[in-house]
Amino acid sequence: MSAPTIQIRDLTLRFGSDAPLFDTLSLDIAAGKTSCILGPSGCGKSTLLRFISGATGFNSQGTVQFSPSEASTVAWMGQDDLLLPWMSLIDNVMLGARLRGELSESHRRRAVELIARGRLAGFEQTLPQALSGGMRQRAALLRTLMEGRSVLLMDEPFSALDALTRIRLQDLSAELTRGTTTVLVTHDAAEALRMAHRIIILGGSPAQVKTTIDVHTRPPRSPDSSEVIEHYGRLLELLLEDHH
Amino acid sequence: MAALRLIVLAAGLIGLWQLLVLATQVPPYILPGPLPVAQALIDHGPLLLKHLKTTTFEIIAGLLIGTLLGVSCALTMIISPLLKRWMQPVLVISQAIPVFALAPILVLWFGYGMASKIAMAVLIIFFPVAASFYQGMRRTSPDLLELARIMGAGPFATLRYIVIPSALPAFGSGLRVAAAVAPIGAIVGEWVGSSSGLGFYMLHANARMQVDVMFAALAVLSVTALLIYFSVDYLLDKIIYWEPSKGI
Repeated sequence: MSAPTIQIRDLTLRFGSDAPLFDTLSLDIAAGKTSCILGPSGCGKSTLLRFISGATGFNSQGTVQFSPSEASTVAWMGQDDLLLPWMSLIDNVMLGARLRGELSESHRRRAVELIARGRLAGFEQTLPQALSGGMRQRAALLRTLMEGRSVLLMDEPFSALDALTRIRLQDLSAELTRGTTTVLVTHDAAEALRMAHRIIILGGSPAQVKTTIDVHTRPPRSPDSSEVIEHYGRLLELLLEDHH
Repeated sequence: MAALRLIVLAAGLIGLWQLLVLATQVPPYILPGPLPVAQALIDHGPLLLKHLKTTTFEIIAGLLIGTLLGVSCALTMIISPLLKRWMQPVLVISQAIPVFALAPILVLWFGYGMASKIAMAVLIIFFPVAASFYQGMRRTSPDLLELARIMGAGPFATLRYIVIPSALPAFGSGLRVAAAVAPIGAIVGEWVGSSSGLGFYMLHANARMQVDVMFAALAVLSVTALLIYFSVDYLLDKIIYWEPSKGI
């Protein structure tokens, strides 16, 4: 399945009769790359991700287009791992196939392989509550990747983790999502610079794209790489402009 | 440890009981001491056991049927919002009318046999099971439902793999309450009209001023109620293995 570009055009979105979060917002997400959406709290980053996923619960006008268009291409990972406590790790990883009634031996083989790549081998039959926070989030990442979707939507997936675990997961994620169109919402400039090919900064009210930064070296990037150092200061300044 | 706690608790209560009898000098036909009650337990053992079988069967049958009906009702209300609007008032009415007031009618309808007592137990058990299971399903995490939607799950798969398991801890709480109150239905039914069961035997002893036998029947009923409660609790801990109950 080839990874699509995502085009959002003229999006106006509001909750009920509130002031709009976005007013004729347009932006492009590159195919097969990781795009990071950065912006101050409450600017609508997560809502934008939910709009791309096809969620409802808000009033919206405008379009989201996947090109080439493919049905049901989206996988989701949020801040909470959302692992089902009544299922073992491997059953959680295979959840999508089970929910669609497609579960087969090949899914099990792929799940075992992914679990090994995610360095969770030996924990296949463990219940989530017996795993550490980092292991749980790794399992959630594997469940998302198991879907084999061409678009991956990630909403601050590592924000609740400690610094070292976060770095490990960022690296694993960068390795395993290569070639997938990934949209990563974060409030962490360092995370964006470590993982993204393109950083889209939202700001203002209603939110608009303030600027876009393309980062050319291959992620994951070290904090002391020249490109990271070059962009970090500017990124912080842009974020601080909208920080209250 | 739990067994030791129970033994200590029982010994403490029996000690207090004996102290009360000694301190107040109440005549034995009002409050018999533990020893006459123990003697009554031995003397009437075979008869008590025979009546216990009837009551236990009524309680367990009521628990099973009440749980089945409660679960079916909750599932129907979750699946069909239209039916929910019709069923919710019935559910409330089933609790608004005191079950004791219904006992004579149930005996009239179902006769003096076990059926009327089982019906009483069902009426008592039905509501906590239906209400807790329904509320548990309603409180399924919206994030989990959203995840299931994105994964392409249909309504049946979402119900089976997400909604029902999410509701099981709440269902367990309701069933524990139901197990604790289930004997009430059976005993009240036996009081109103029956020819067998511990409730019947208590009335029989009461008419003959055999207060020690009444207390013996009460003791047997209490132990049975405890056994049923702890069996349900144990089973639920095994079924809802990801969220075992804490404490007793």
